[in-house]
Amino acid sequence: MKIVISNHSELPIYAQVKEQIKEQIMTGVILEGTKLPSIRQLAKDLKISVITITRAYSELESEGYIATMQGKGSVVLGRDNDLLREQYLRRIEEALETAIETARFLKLSNEELIDMLGNLIDDE
Amino acid sequence: MGDYALEVTNLTKKFSDFTLDDISFKLPKGYIMGFVGRNGAGKTTTINLITSLYHKDAGEVRIDGNRAEDDKVLYKESIGYIGDESYFHEAFKIKDIVSIQKDFYPTFREAQYMQYIEQWELPTDKKIGEFSKGMKVKLMFAGVLARDTRILLLDEATSGLDPITRDEVLVMLQKYIEDGERSVLFSTHILEDLEKIADYVFFIEKGGEVFCDYKDQIMEAYRMVKGGTDELTSELEKEIIGLQKSSVGFQGIVSREVGDTIGDKFLVEQPAINDIIVAFQKNMGGNHTWVQ
Repeated sequence: MKIVISNHSELPIYAQVKEQIKEQIMTGVILEGTKLPSIRQLAKDLKISVITITRAYSELESEGYIATMQGKGSVVLGRDNDLLREQYLRRIEEALETAIETARFLKLSNEELIDMLGNLIDDE
Repeated sequence: MGDYALEVTNLTKKFSDFTLDDISFKLPKGYIMGFVGRNGAGKTTTINLITSLYHKDAGEVRIDGNRAEDDKVLYKESIGYIGDESYFHEAFKIKDIVSIQKDFYPTFREAQYMQYIEQWELPTDKKIGEFSKGMKVKLMFAGVLARDTRILLLDEATSGLDPITRDEVLVMLQKYIEDGERSVLFSTHILEDLEKIADYVFFIEKGGEVFCDYKDQIMEAYRMVKGGTDELTSELEKEIIGLQKSSVGFQGIVSREVGDTIGDKFLVEQPAINDIIVAFQKNMGGNHTWVQ
């Protein structure tokens, strides 16, 4: 796991921690079942406050990326849980929306766009 | 045993020229509170009342639920104190300090103490008077870490330290609270030290509380706004805390809500905790009060 905190980011520190862990879970860098460092351990390692990390972890938990068990720490959840699945679906939708917008900009027809998607799937 | 490492309730002390007026806060176990304010604001007075160096006129202090009035020995034992000045006699050597600490503190563990001395390469053959400021601070830390304390009180302990030693001290503070049972009250006017590691900030001015909140909450509640002086409208001026004007521009602190609405006309950015505190200090006696 890698976390780099910027002092000049517009994003608050808790959000930087959260987004970076989220990104690594979604891209498979951090695998299901991985135990995250404890809140206090991570606070010490990053030299940031305990409350800041607590907030990052609790948001990751409420969005379904991790589960925290009393006394056992926080564990990365599988991609098949409903909450996380929703996050992934939203991600796909966003990527597709960008594709549609770009297609509209180019005045591409719906058929051409769907064709493109079909070809890309076939190429895989 | 309580949930709080330190509970201060309605703490009051009157001096002929200064009054510490009705200070209250609670510091849960496992967290760091920054105690900020300018010199003479009441930081040291508060800390000296907590250590019972001064007698309070009114109010109550509990450490892990215990008051000095309930169990004085336990109370003293549960406090670690590190000040701006070393409290060891200049002519002493480390072995003299060991024997004093053994006499004073029932939970003092000599072996652990000597481990820190070795780890931080503090000279056992030199007198304390020959120690650098950083070495003296580490010596005091060793004394605290080798005992069973619940609260660590630091009174301007990082002022005058070089940046590397200051950084080492911040690491020690985070290690101190790592087990979630102990807390740190950290008075400083070097606000960069607080910027990252503090969980709570208590801001004191003229013996009274200005605000006390989560540091992240404070950071999120305010925005720094900057722009040309001629662009500054009287409506905006009313919203600004600690306004500073010059021939080339103005700057000040506004609430996040105000900041969000003027971002297209002015430079609006995240202020440092220092900017917020200074703005409130400039505004003292003004019409802006702390909003939760």
